[in-house]
Amino acid sequence: MKHLLSTRDLTAAEAIQILDTAEEMAAVNDREVKKLPALRGRTVVNLFFEDSTRTRISFEAAAKRLSADVINFAAKGSSVSKGESLKDTAQTLEAIGADAVVIRHPASGAPHRLATTDWIDAAVVNAGDGTHEHPTQALLDAFTLRRHRAQVAGIDSVGADLAGTRVVIVGDILHSRVARSNVWLLTTLGAKVTLVAPPTLLPYGVEQWPCDVSYDLDAALADAPDAVMMLRVQAERMNASYFPSTAEYSRLWGLGDERFARFAAPEFKDTVILHPGPMVRGLEISSAAADSERSQVLRQVANGVSVRMAVLYLLMSAKEFAS
Amino acid sequence: MTDDTKAAPAYLLRGAALYGDERADILVENGRISAVGSLANGNGATVIDAEGLVALPGFVDVHTHLREPGREDAETVETGSRAAALGGYTAVHAMANSTPVADTAGVVEQVHSLGRRAGWVDVRPVGAVTVGLAGEQLAELGAMAGSAARVRMFSDDGICVHDPVLMRRALEYVKAFDGVVAQHAQEPRLTAGAQMNEGAVSAVLGLPGWPAVAEESIIARDVLLAQHVGSRLHVCHVSTAGSVEIVRWAKSRGIDVTAEVTPHHLWLTDELVRSYDPVYKVNPPLRTQEDVEALRAALADGTIDVVGTDHAPHPSEHKECEWAQAAMGMTGLETALSVVQHTMVETGLLTWRGVARAMSEVPARIGRVADQGRPLAQGEPANLVLVDPAARWTVDPAAQATKGRNSPFAGRELPGRVVATFFRGHPTVRDGVLNEPYPGSAEER
Repeated sequence: MKHLLSTRDLTAAEAIQILDTAEEMAAVNDREVKKLPALRGRTVVNLFFEDSTRTRISFEAAAKRLSADVINFAAKGSSVSKGESLKDTAQTLEAIGADAVVIRHPASGAPHRLATTDWIDAAVVNAGDGTHEHPTQALLDAFTLRRHRAQVAGIDSVGADLAGTRVVIVGDILHSRVARSNVWLLTTLGAKVTLVAPPTLLPYGVEQWPCDVSYDLDAALADAPDAVMMLRVQAERMNASYFPSTAEYSRLWGLGDERFARFAAPEFKDTVILHPGPMVRGLEISSAAADSERSQVLRQVANGVSVRMAVLYLLMSAKEFAS
Repeated sequence: MTDDTKAAPAYLLRGAALYGDERADILVENGRISAVGSLANGNGATVIDAEGLVALPGFVDVHTHLREPGREDAETVETGSRAAALGGYTAVHAMANSTPVADTAGVVEQVHSLGRRAGWVDVRPVGAVTVGLAGEQLAELGAMAGSAARVRMFSDDGICVHDPVLMRRALEYVKAFDGVVAQHAQEPRLTAGAQMNEGAVSAVLGLPGWPAVAEESIIARDVLLAQHVGSRLHVCHVSTAGSVEIVRWAKSRGIDVTAEVTPHHLWLTDELVRSYDPVYKVNPPLRTQEDVEALRAALADGTIDVVGTDHAPHPSEHKECEWAQAAMGMTGLETALSVVQHTMVETGLLTWRGVARAMSEVPARIGRVADQGRPLAQGEPANLVLVDPAARWTVDPAAQATKGRNSPFAGRELPGRVVATFFRGHPTVRDGVLNEPYPGSAEER
């Protein structure tokens, strides 16, 4: 595998290899000197056509900890905003000598275009494209879930999959690249995924996806899932009639204080809350839930660096990856 | 070229299979078919060996984008009509979405005149239904109908005439000159930002969907309007199984509706979009295999009347980009016959006589194009095409006459090749390559 474009393309073995490599990287991140020489002399370009400070600094930290040279190319305010095409931008990066391009783009499929045209030879990492996929987010979620599960069971997470783990993903599935990447990856790893959303925020044809779908969050929570992943909901969706009001959305599909109070029940004792961030407190999640010890949000951020290190390392230097 | 009586070279087409059936010789003299049968070459006509070739009336495209005036970098009347001749066409309808829009007598006469000067095919301009395609005010349909271009087909193609009152008025108004409104059926609010067919594939790819209902609801409304006002409706590029059902229902009620399908919708599906290659981006979008099957069946049983190419050339920079930024459209003039052979003839769904009906006779009738789509018979205008059904060729967009390189069939091997095209008795194509335009065309005006 030369690129990471989608979790749909990953086999379970490939995904586990990435997660296991991320465990090794996490060990580095726990050291005082958080640096490996693996990618010395190699150049990673963070090509961001969308503002995303969180993802960009995570990739930047990952590349730097592997000793790569990092070029941050924020397309806003650059020649791109003056009309330069993706093709010309890619060819420019090729001429500069980019070994990997981490691309965030508002258009679904833009990373595929970089990877499948002859514009550039570099390894392409999809850092979120439109409403398509965000594979490293799903990998860090899987990593977080796997670690949590190992901790609960008192086993080693290395080599493990997510067989039997029940994950409920709640929110704007229609517009979520995080949801798509997670559905493919978590189910490939053996987890059982349930999507919960108002019917307007589910894609047409979702019943063909390898997961359950529900409109009822309380019903989905009834059998105490292992994890609940809350997705960000943009209040502007209300203006396009996806839902009547933010208040109604919160009441029916938010993890508010009342719903979160159910987590005090014994069967919920190992249930964790994930959120890819940025959170809209008071809409899809209450502060009590977000700040509780069930919340894995900051662990997700820390794990993101390890997972992205693993991805860059495997794509740029490992010979045997995806053999 | 208005003078069909001046002495011109005569051609004797030896042994062509007329409509794929009985073999006969065809003598072409002075712009007309002067004899059909077992003929001796009495007066020194140029003999063209047509053994193994199928003779059909010259194709008539009801749906072509020639891009001139305004986007001559994408296509010109000259390059587009060359492509048409190579594809076996002797007439094309040039859609109105040029810059300026073909919404006045001046613009349609300009396009018409460019077509005459090019001399490869009859270029029949389509007039816009509304001023500037803006969907607000009727364009001067009567002036365009009465102009030298004699416009009979009106369309805002690319944009739907979505205002029901405006559509009703347009349908009523064109009755005054036997016109037809060709509707691009797309409910705009249901397709805001749409990028591809809404279905299982769009859900996975995260591309905003173009639901079938956005096409079907407009067609349903329009056939009812056509019935109510007693007018003639043509539905452009039907793309869904549901649309076929509505058109079938309308015809069963005696509503005067005709429907068109593109070659690409007869073959390709939205599965191709998984590549995110914008060469597959088109409006209406590629649908599902179920839709493809329904469209083929509908063309076979006559529910869909005609094949229209929706030839839509674009400069390469409008396709070498992200999917969402790419232009919609595919070239089609030079591949249409081959795609129809592959999807309809070789599947046993359509005979060559059926191909003549769907690609020549009925399109000419819809557009009210005199001297086109006529029988292969003595005394008729010599607009005809010779097809080699046994030929196989691989599509290379760079080798085509159109300026557009956006063929979705690039690299595919296709059956059937246009060997010769006769336009008013003159071979615009011989041995599969361009010959000369109709004599004297360049001196027109």
